[in-house]
Amino acid sequence: MQQLPLFPNRASTIGTGVDHLYFYLVGVSGFFSILIFTLIFVFAIKYRRRSPADRAQQIAGNVPLELAWALIPFGLEMIMFFWGASLYFRHYQAPRDAEDIYVVGKQWMWKLQHPEGPREINELHVPVGRPFRLILASEDVIHSFYVPAFRIKQDAVPGMYTTEWFQATSVGKYHLFCAEYCGTNHSRMTGWIYVMDPADYQNWLSGGAPGESMAAAGARHFSRLGCAGCHVPDNTGRGPSLVGLYGSQVRLVGGRTAFADDSYIRACIMTPSVNRVANYPPIMPTFRGVISEEELSQIVEYIKSLNQGARIQP
Amino acid sequence: MSTMPAELEIHTHEHYLNASYGIRSWLLTTDHKRIALLYLASITFMFFVGGAFAVLMRLNLLTPEGEMVSAETYNKLFTMHGLIMIFFFLIPSIPAVLGNFVIPLMIGARDVAFPKLNLLSWYLFITGSGFALYSAIAGGVDTGWTFYTPFSTAYSNTHVLSMAAGVFITGFSSILTGLNFVVTIHTMRAPGLTWYRLPLFLWSLYATSVIFILGTPVLAIALLLLGLERLFGVGIFNPSLGGDPILFQHLFWFYSHPAVYVMVLPAMGVISEVIPCFSRKRIFGYKIIAFSSMAIAIIGFLVWGHHMFVSGQSIYAGLIFSFLSYLVAIPSAIKVFNWTATLYKGTISYATPMLYAFGFIGLFTMGGLTGLFLAALAVDVHVTDTYFVVAHFHYIMVGGAVMAYLGGIHYWWPKISGRLYPEGWAKLSALVVFLGFNLTFFPQFILGYLGMPRRYHSYPAEFQVLNVMSTAGASILAVGYLMPLVYLIWSMRYGPLAPANPWQATGLEWQTPSPPPEHNFEQTPVVTRAPYAYDEMEEQRV
Amino acid sequence: MSEMQAVEAHEAVAHQFDDMEQQHDAATLGMWIFLVTEVMFFGGLFTGYTVYRSAFPAAFAAGSRLCEVLLGGTNTGVLLLSSLTMALAVRSAQLDRRKHLIFFLICTMLLGLVFLSIKGLEYFHKYEEHLIPGSRFAFAGPDARQVQLFVYFYFAMTGLHAFHMIIGVGVVLVMLLLAFQGKLTSRRYDTVEVAGLYWHFVDIIWIFLFPLLYLVDLHK
Repeated sequence: MQQLPLFPNRASTIGTGVDHLYFYLVGVSGFFSILIFTLIFVFAIKYRRRSPADRAQQIAGNVPLELAWALIPFGLEMIMFFWGASLYFRHYQAPRDAEDIYVVGKQWMWKLQHPEGPREINELHVPVGRPFRLILASEDVIHSFYVPAFRIKQDAVPGMYTTEWFQATSVGKYHLFCAEYCGTNHSRMTGWIYVMDPADYQNWLSGGAPGESMAAAGARHFSRLGCAGCHVPDNTGRGPSLVGLYGSQVRLVGGRTAFADDSYIRACIMTPSVNRVANYPPIMPTFRGVISEEELSQIVEYIKSLNQGARIQP
Repeated sequence: MSTMPAELEIHTHEHYLNASYGIRSWLLTTDHKRIALLYLASITFMFFVGGAFAVLMRLNLLTPEGEMVSAETYNKLFTMHGLIMIFFFLIPSIPAVLGNFVIPLMIGARDVAFPKLNLLSWYLFITGSGFALYSAIAGGVDTGWTFYTPFSTAYSNTHVLSMAAGVFITGFSSILTGLNFVVTIHTMRAPGLTWYRLPLFLWSLYATSVIFILGTPVLAIALLLLGLERLFGVGIFNPSLGGDPILFQHLFWFYSHPAVYVMVLPAMGVISEVIPCFSRKRIFGYKIIAFSSMAIAIIGFLVWGHHMFVSGQSIYAGLIFSFLSYLVAIPSAIKVFNWTATLYKGTISYATPMLYAFGFIGLFTMGGLTGLFLAALAVDVHVTDTYFVVAHFHYIMVGGAVMAYLGGIHYWWPKISGRLYPEGWAKLSALVVFLGFNLTFFPQFILGYLGMPRRYHSYPAEFQVLNVMSTAGASILAVGYLMPLVYLIWSMRYGPLAPANPWQATGLEWQTPSPPPEHNFEQTPVVTRAPYAYDEMEEQRV
Repeated sequence: MSEMQAVEAHEAVAHQFDDMEQQHDAATLGMWIFLVTEVMFFGGLFTGYTVYRSAFPAAFAAGSRLCEVLLGGTNTGVLLLSSLTMALAVRSAQLDRRKHLIFFLICTMLLGLVFLSIKGLEYFHKYEEHLIPGSRFAFAGPDARQVQLFVYFYFAMTGLHAFHMIIGVGVVLVMLLLAFQGKLTSRRYDTVEVAGLYWHFVDIIWIFLFPLLYLVDLHK
């Protein structure tokens, strides 16, 4: 007899809340389904054509009853709504100490990079018990990074960053699926998340070939591409200094301000003429087509590192 | 009302089927009844084309490696299955077949307001279907029925343009049908037929027509822009231009969410006719059901973002869409309770339309309740884009809308064809459909929560048993659908002649012979009674 | 009513309607509903335009300055005048003034053709200046990609409008033929009234298009 799983593993902190809400939904749905099935069954038999049941005083309407079966379900629904919404907000607000991992989806693979340097393809190794934030990008079409055991999913959309976060709660190996149809090998764009003991994770981190950290790679690109020529740390260049940029409020041309999160930094590099910084000349060229998503994420990580390790909510 | 047994009556009257012969009298007809039959033939053909694609999909999913067809072929199969079933079967089904046939009869009119426009609607449908079939034969489309950009505009190498053209053209068929229905119901009701005496089938078709009118044009624009972008390589959904792929999703779902109400409101309308008839009782809460139909149509325009909770849309937008989605569920819930309450103290018979109605209520309830799972933001994050969603919408569209469509076909079959269908076979196929359906789609809820994504040609081995169950169910379901095809066609020649009112139902359509004469009524009827006045009818009989 | 008039009135009512009044109500309601669908159709384009204009205000202003306000303004006047002549045509039908009806319909049609010619000229100018979106698009200035987005909307929106104008001119031509045949009398003018509604609608769409496309940041 082959395996017949009926309920998925749960391996993340948010998964508990999601599953409990799910059980509530199953309970309410089960109750009303059984109620309706039973009523139909009972009425269809009790009041079948030849039965002698009492049919006096038929009713064709009853407003209090209608109100009751509108408002009670609505009340039960509002529990679903508020519960779901509050979990959803937690889904989208990574803890302050979450570590970033950069993910690039492309037809048909996932490329992941840890800030310390190790790169992975279709696999992600993480230690148990620590929060991680995934910064998702796509090189081509829309993909979606889905880990059923963590109960998380987020689309990776070309031209922008999206994020999701998780904290794994048990050691093990969990499916990773692409969940937004992306072409021929969509169903092969899968992989594994390896949640490890912290000690094993350290071994794994240092075990591979020593590579440079993302920030170091980003620093290389920063100078190779000439960014350092304008973005001088002491603000004497033609562009603003980037030290302390990440997480700050930036004043834009036209009086608005923008919050300098990952998406903002990405947008500055790819579409610099939009949302320009106040008091600086509009001379920054675009780097779209010049750098890959991976190089872009390394540059972003480098710029973030200029804050000496502060971590910001998206 | 006739008291002669059905078999002894002989129809010698001239009616719409024998009034004229020859292919030109059919292809150039402006008689709404003949147009309804033209639609019946075409959408039945498209149903089996879409069904064939589904059979191939389910066969492929018997094994985890997906060995039956290649991944490319599989991607085309699910795309074409979705497109054909939604645009070329479900959306026209009840409105264009049953609505076209029944509306003028139900309001006591000789035809719809714009008969030539009605024929044009059918030709637009045929043209659109032609483009769709061409796309299928020429090699298929592999974008998914949702055509998400930039895959559909810049990456897919399949016949996207011709398919989009087919959907675009068919959209105008719906728009004109909706326009026709609204004008007909507004301006051509028989004397005495006030709004609150209208059968609920008409209220639901009116609400459906509002959606056709307001929603379909937005899909048309979305497809037009998609086509232009694909043709000229320049466009607004292209990130490298600064364009936004999510804008396409907003434009697409702005129509495609109300589209699902287009599919379910007419179905609910059929149920509202069948339940009172076979309970011999007035419907419970007539006005509230009528208003619920309108509420569903209106609120249905405000919830499209619930398809986009993980798309990168703002989380605050997600909040609003989630709340409104919970709101739109309430009128549907009210209807389910009202139909159930109608059964209380009724006199219930188990004719085939009633069996389909029972099936509808049960399966629509389950499908609708699982919609609440999807409206819950955090749960949707886990189950969106999985088989949970697939199961949810099939419960509503197949377990709901298709069953109601079959129920309506059987209910009005005597009026349409002048014959009675074989009741034994019909009951059996209703049962087969019900069992086959549940075996096909219930396991998919489990698969979805387990994490099996949709649109997957191959899958992890641990999902196989549930997939095999689902395929087994699909084979049973297929039998259940083939049976009516056979016995309904059989009955057109060999079925017993039907009297004017075989079900002893209220409603003006039963006050004219079966089949009706070309101009429907010898004299325009006058309405004096409330709808579903079955209690008065019973008093008269006694 | 004379016997001939009675026969004419009866012939004019389609078989599904009980009387002329019902037919007239149905025709008018039908055209209004059709116009609602057109509003939703254009609405999708207006929505897209709004989204991108709020994202790229500077680029859209630059793109707007590429539009020829003189030609567009002239066209606005032409269309407004044509709506007047169309309304006068409907009025003439109501009053059984066949010669006036024919005159005003011809004026409307000619004005419509003038509009389309000026539009064609604008498109030709854009072609000469390499401003057609696509591989040959060339804009010397910042934000070229977003300006191309604006021009794309310009062509999509005015192109769709022009398409509706062409249909409108065709409809007016059909009205002209019916007028020549004497079929547009005070007892059966609903056809030309409904055609008038369509014409006014196409005019109103232009009234919205003109400022949105031609008049953004005009004074910079």
